[in-house]
Order: sequence, then C-alpha cells, then structure tokens
Amino acid sequence: MDNGIALLLCFILLFGYCRKVDLYDSFITGASQGIKSGLGLIPYLLAILFPVYLWQGLGLTQALCDKLAPYLAFIGLPGEVLPLMIMRPLSGSASLGILTDIFSRQGPDSAAGLLASIYQGGTDTTFFVLTVYCGSVGIRNYRHTLRTCLTADFVVYGAGLFWMTLLLK
Amino acid sequence: MLSKIWLGMILIGTAYGLLKGEGSAVLQAAIAAAEAAVKNGLQLAGILAFWLGIMEVAQRSGLIEKMAKLCRPLLVRLFPSLPPDHPALGSILLNLTANFLGMGNAATPFGLKAMEQMDQLAGHTGTASDAMCTFLALNAAGLTIIPTTVLGLRLAQGSQWPAAFLLPMVLTGLTGTAAALITDRLLRRRKKGW
Repeated sequence: MDNGIALLLCFILLFGYCRKVDLYDSFITGASQGIKSGLGLIPYLLAILFPVYLWQGLGLTQALCDKLAPYLAFIGLPGEVLPLMIMRPLSGSASLGILTDIFSRQGPDSAAGLLASIYQGGTDTTFFVLTVYCGSVGIRNYRHTLRTCLTADFVVYGAGLFWMTLLLK
Repeated sequence: MLSKIWLGMILIGTAYGLLKGEGSAVLQAAIAAAEAAVKNGLQLAGILAFWLGIMEVAQRSGLIEKMAKLCRPLLVRLFPSLPPDHPALGSILLNLTANFLGMGNAATPFGLKAMEQMDQLAGHTGTASDAMCTFLALNAAGLTIIPTTVLGLRLAQGSQWPAAFLLPMVLTGLTGTAAALITDRLLRRRKKGW
C-alpha cells in the first residue's frame, strides 16, 4: 500500500513535468492553502475534543457502558464494544484508543475484538467529518446532514452485528 | 442541532463531575483538549500542505480531470446538482478513492478541496448545498476496503487471523453507505432540518 502511494506521488510529479507544469510553484501554491486550512481547523478540533475529554476523564463513558451492558448482551452485543460505539462518531483517535484496549484485554480474535474491528473500519468519524469539512468553508447550517450521518452510524452498528453473526459464527 | 448536542454533553459532564466532587476535571479536560487540538491541527496542517501541494500539480497538469472523466457516469448520478465537467468532481473522486484505500491522511485534503470548490459553486452561502450533503454523508459513512490502521493493530496484538473481520466489515460499510445515501435523498426534500 505504502509503495503504491510512493509510486503515485512520483507519477503525479513526472506527469506534471511532462505537461510543462511549473512543479515548484504549483506545490507552494497548494501547500500554502493547506497550511491555512489546517490552522483554521484548530478551533473546530478544540470544540469537539473538549466534551469528549470531559466525559472520558470523569469515567462517564465507562459508567454509562457498565449500566447498559446487561441489556445489550441480550441481543448478542458484547458490552465491551459499547464505549467504542459511543466514541466512534465523535473522535477517531479516542475510538482507536478504545479499540487497542479491547484488543489487549479481550484479544483481537474474541467476539468483542472482531466486532470492534468491524465498527472501527466500517464507518468514519461523523462529527470530525462534519465539523472539519463544513468548518473549512464556513458552513454553519448542515441542513439534514447530521441526521443522515447519525442514521448511517446506527445502521452500521446493526449491520456490523448482523454480518458478523452471519459470517463468523 | 450541533449546539444542543455540544451543550448537552458539556452540561452532563460538568454535572457528573460536580456530583462526584471532581469539579477540577472540567478544567483538566479543557487544558487537555486545547493541547490536543493544537497538536492535531498543526500535524494536520503539515499533511494538508503536502497533499494539497501535490494535488495542485495534478490539477494543473490535467491529471485530475482525466481521472474524473473515467468515473463520470457514477459521479454524475451521485451528484446531479454539479455540472458534469466541474473540477469538484475530480476532488470528490480523489477523496473517496483515498478513503476507499484506507489512506485517511490523504483523503482529508482532497475532501477539503472538494468542499471549497462546491462552496464556490454554491456562492458561499454558509448553508450546505445538496451536493455537499451527499458528499458529507458519503464521507461520514467512510467506505473502506483496506483499513490499514485496524489491520496493523490486529497484527501487532498477535491476532491468529488478522483479516477475519474484512468481509463483514466491507459489507457493513456498504450497508452504511447505502443507508446514508437513501437517508440523504429522503430528507433532502424536507425544508426544515437539524
């Protein structure tokens, strides 16, 4: 995979060179834009990370999961996956941390480990995508998109359990 | 809507902290979040700069236009409100491809570029256009076939069968993407949303 990216990179540059594009100037123009939008994203990152850290630091996420786990075991959902389900739409790095924790405690090949892998890989970080992408162009009215994305997240949770039960049992 | 969720999370967190007698946790979270936001933002700025620089070359050489042409039939169907030869389609294609191949870091710059181009087309209204809504839905669903990070992590943790989750994961991703597209279409016509 990494080799592929490296080759793609050289290909793009060579292609540009053959087409007589001013490579250096183009790169600088694009890169300046990148720096500007990257720095502009910091306020949005801060807004989303504060409540996420608050809940995690207090153990609120964990407490909520411990309460709900018995009900979820009843539909065949391992309770250990619940913190991941809560964090997945909010923060990619937080949910990755939880995934690591599940792997080291339950093992990557346990039911919880497999389902957590499916959830981590089968969807993206909804709130990150929304805040960062909309933030970069100053969009404050998302219209129906938050509802769309959260619906998709719930469908993913159901579908993940369904496909895992069907294919891996 | 986002304001309400945000406020709700902060109020619940603060109330819980005060009840537990750990009011200091609020300030600690603020400091930790500030640090992480700047760190992540700077890191992101560097990666963004690199990929947008490369992309500018690809754009000026006409490479992106060529690629977009190949996938035009599918893209035009997904984004009927964009003109079929609009450069945004090229950026959208690159973003979705990068996501598909599990190159999350490379996907974000392309996505931001796509948003910028769509915003220009819509006339900087501060409101998400139809095309943006579809694009955001596709991105949040985040269909991937090579989840590099998860695969690496499973290997590192000594999994007997690291790729076991791949097939159910791809099927799950497809189900989620279909759900996102259908929900987007259904909700689009309603005037008021959150």
